[in-house]
Amino acid sequence: MKKVFSRPKSLKDMPFHYCPGCTHGIAHRLVCEVIDELDIQGVAVGVGSVGCSVFTMNYFDIDMLQGAHGRAPAVATGIKRVLPDRVVFTYQGDGDLAAIGTGEFIHAATRGEKITVIYINNAVYGMTGGQMAPTTLMGQRTKTTPGGRDKDINGFPIKVCEILVPLEGSAYVARVSLHNPKSIIQAKKAIKKAFTVQIKGLGFSLVEVLSTCPTNWSLTPLEAVKWLEENMIPYYPLGEFKTPAEVV
Amino acid sequence: MSRMLMKGNEAIGEGAIRAGCRYFFGYPITPQSELTHYLARRLPEVGGLYLQAESEVASINMVYGAAGAGARVMTSSSGPGISLMQEGLSYLAGAELPCVVVNMMRGGPGLGNIAPSQADYFQATKGGGHGDYHLIVLAPNSVQELYDIVKKAFELADRYRNPVMVMADGIMAQMMEPVELDDRYEVEIPPKPWATTGRAFHEGKNLINSCYVVPEEMEELNLRLLKKYNEIRQKEQACDSFLLEDAEIVLVAFGTASRISRAVVEKARALGIPAGLIRPVTLWPFPSDFVSRAAERVKCFLTVEMNMGQMVEDVRLAVQGRAPVFHYGRLGGMVPVVRDVLEEVKKLYSGSESS
Repeated sequence: MKKVFSRPKSLKDMPFHYCPGCTHGIAHRLVCEVIDELDIQGVAVGVGSVGCSVFTMNYFDIDMLQGAHGRAPAVATGIKRVLPDRVVFTYQGDGDLAAIGTGEFIHAATRGEKITVIYINNAVYGMTGGQMAPTTLMGQRTKTTPGGRDKDINGFPIKVCEILVPLEGSAYVARVSLHNPKSIIQAKKAIKKAFTVQIKGLGFSLVEVLSTCPTNWSLTPLEAVKWLEENMIPYYPLGEFKTPAEVV
Repeated sequence: MSRMLMKGNEAIGEGAIRAGCRYFFGYPITPQSELTHYLARRLPEVGGLYLQAESEVASINMVYGAAGAGARVMTSSSGPGISLMQEGLSYLAGAELPCVVVNMMRGGPGLGNIAPSQADYFQATKGGGHGDYHLIVLAPNSVQELYDIVKKAFELADRYRNPVMVMADGIMAQMMEPVELDDRYEVEIPPKPWATTGRAFHEGKNLINSCYVVPEEMEELNLRLLKKYNEIRQKEQACDSFLLEDAEIVLVAFGTASRISRAVVEKARALGIPAGLIRPVTLWPFPSDFVSRAAERVKCFLTVEMNMGQMVEDVRLAVQGRAPVFHYGRLGGMVPVVRDVLEEVKKLYSGSESS
């Protein structure tokens, strides 16, 4: 009988710690499928971040370094400059990348650092317990915005892809979502392109992945998927913002 | 062998290159700037890379990545920048990654000034970042030694898989002295089978990490580090001494202050005062065993420091009350002068004679 579906070999066979309905697991799977399909398990080096995704270091069956909060793009820079023929990527959440790590991701992009950033945006701090993230939507209730995010107190949600577009060093910038099978297929295509851009040496690549956090959103997994679609996508539009001609 | 007149900063740069360092990530700050200028020019000549980061925070994390990838890598800064690197230094220590960090100290706290100081002693030797860890800290006191000590720093870093700090100050960084350079560029860098170079390049999966959620596992790491630190304490304490054999009053000083103190000892001897000098070369591990042995017969100690009295605590711990330990310090970027320290020595000696 022909085997049509199995666990990617780059993804370890072990139980994840993620909450039910969290889409980190899907994102992990997509990254590992891409690593397998590009046959780069042996040359891939990943940098983990802080927050819910801190245990990627255990789940990805590749060499990994655990970075400090927000610093993954700087760590990846150090690896890539020493080992330019390896495929180096970071896997970061929105609290990690878009708050404390703002300097690191913008400057890695500015330098045209040949690394790939997988950026999971679920509009909230997950592991820390549901506080406001830089990406929390206007009016969204979190532990630290109990009355909803208020522009006069908290300012506006940050749009990472849109920041990266004008930077000359960023080669591939895309925003995808994991709220339904169609979007998941598109997300995988974007992740594959991002790695391909790096392998071809074209510059910095980042894929923003809209993701769910049913636990901290206080929703069921199905409600969370619906909430993402109805609330996040209007503010964080999907698509490829920047694609080099070589990989169109 | 060739001989060159070099600035302290340049000597460190050349020493690093001849120690096999090919990667430098840093951010400009006075008074260590000539080191970055030098390496920006020299590293590409030997196939290396100088990269100016966007901040000290990014620099030290680039060092973390490069060290994890198996390279001999260095960064440098001065007080305020070193403060920003503390997070990264804690991670490097926790993940047991070798690297060399140069701190050309300046006056502080806060923005301070660019004048020479030794006020970062506590930060360097007592932790600085979060958690239970130590850096190996080396304190050269001549331009020649700045050049030589960098090689030792890289060797120690690799041997113990630990960050090593070379700590000097604005005077050491800026002054010029002749330096004997060895002509060899080829150094043997020990294999690093633990490095995250990609699975295709070693057995199994390599993971560089300092995250241990289970307290038992975290304690296991801490115990392993403790064992390593004890080994370093046992094997790597280093210091120099000057006219110590018959000394009754012993000055203890490192770096710039040790050069001034040596002149003080000479002048005191000319006055008939049996003074001597202990100069710690390793600030961590502090050469406690050496100071402790001296304490068996010395009447009193005087630490001469460019701070409020930081190393004096380590001297007191080593002396364990067997002799009084005094401190003389100039602060905020002021440098002790021989005349003033000599006055202090005279006062202490007449006091110890009468008591």
